[in-house]
Amino acid sequence: MSNSTEWPLWEVFVRSRRGLSHTHAGSLHAPDAEMALRNARDLYTRRSEGVSLWVVPSAAITASSPDEKDAFFDPAADKPYRHPTFYDIPEGVQHL
Amino acid sequence: MTQPVQTDVAAAALALGDDALVLSHRLGEWAGHAPVLEEEVALANIALDLLGQARVLLSTAGDEDELAYLREERAFRNVQLVEQPNGDFAHTIVRQLFFSVYQQLLYGQLADGESEFAPLAAKAVKEVAYHQDHARQWTLRLGDGTEESHARTQRAVDALWRFTGELFQPVPGVSVNWQEMRVSWHATVTSVLREATLTVPDGPQTGAWSAGAGRQGLHTESFGRMLAEMQHLHRSHPGASW
Repeated sequence: MSNSTEWPLWEVFVRSRRGLSHTHAGSLHAPDAEMALRNARDLYTRRSEGVSLWVVPSAAITASSPDEKDAFFDPAADKPYRHPTFYDIPEGVQHL
Repeated sequence: MTQPVQTDVAAAALALGDDALVLSHRLGEWAGHAPVLEEEVALANIALDLLGQARVLLSTAGDEDELAYLREERAFRNVQLVEQPNGDFAHTIVRQLFFSVYQQLLYGQLADGESEFAPLAAKAVKEVAYHQDHARQWTLRLGDGTEESHARTQRAVDALWRFTGELFQPVPGVSVNWQEMRVSWHATVTSVLREATLTVPDGPQTGAWSAGAGRQGLHTESFGRMLAEMQHLHRSHPGASW
C-alpha cells in the first residue's frame, strides 16, 4: 500500500522580501525536499519575488515538551539581574 | 459573431492565445482530482498562469470572451498537443513537459525581440520556466520511479510524441527562428527523458513528427467535447455579463 498519505510531512519557514528572519508558515506533504520547496512556493508564497524558503522534514525537529513547560521557561522574574534591563539603548540601534 | 482576423499579428495572437487557453482548460479539469492536494494547487497555478497569457493574447486579437466562448471548433488555432485529454497523471505531465519546453523557447526568443509580443513574453517567460521545472521534476520521478510509473510515463511519451512536430510549424507574425527552436527543444526534451530513464521515440526526420494541423483549424476528436463544456454557459445565456 503506497499512497499519498505516506508522503512525509515537511515544515515550511518563509522569509518575506522585507522580513528579517524566517517564520514558520505551516506544513505540507511532499515526497522529497525538492518537491517540498516547490509545493511551499505554491502554497505559502504565491510566488512573490525575493523571498527565501526553508523546508525541514518534520521528523528532524525536536520540540520542547509541553509537560516540562514550567521548569523549562519560568523566567525567575524575582532575579532582576538576569534580565538585561539596566542598559540604555544607544540611539540609532535598529532591530533590537 | 467573430470577424475574421485581419493581420498577421492578430492571427499569431490567436494561435498562441488558443494554445494557452485550451491547455489551461485541460489543467482546470484536474481540480479536485489530482493525486495529492499539493499537486492540485500546482496544476491550478499553472492553469491560471496560462489563462492569464491567453487573456492578454486573445485581447490583442479581439474581444477575449467572444473569442473564447463563441468560436466553433474549426476556428480555434491551437496546436493539437494542448487539446489532448488529460489521461493519467503521467500523461498530463508529459504533455506539460513537451509544451512548457516549447513555450519557454518561444517566449525566450520573443522576449529578446522587438515585436508586439515582447512585453507579454518577458512576463510569461518567468511563469513558463516554473512550468517546465515542475514538469521536469515529475518526469524524473515518474520515469525513474516504480515499474508501473515508468511504464505509464513511457506510454504517454509514445502517445504524445506525434503531436510535437506541429509545435514548430512557423506561425506568420511570430518572428522567431523555428528551426533553432526545434533543435533546442529536441535537445532539452531528450536530456530530460534520458535522465528519467525513458526512451526517446524516433519518428520520421529522426525527431518529432507531426500528425497535427491544429493551426489550420483541424482538431482531434475530443476537442469538440471539451469546447462544448467550456462554452456551454455562455452559449446558453448569450450577452450576459458576469
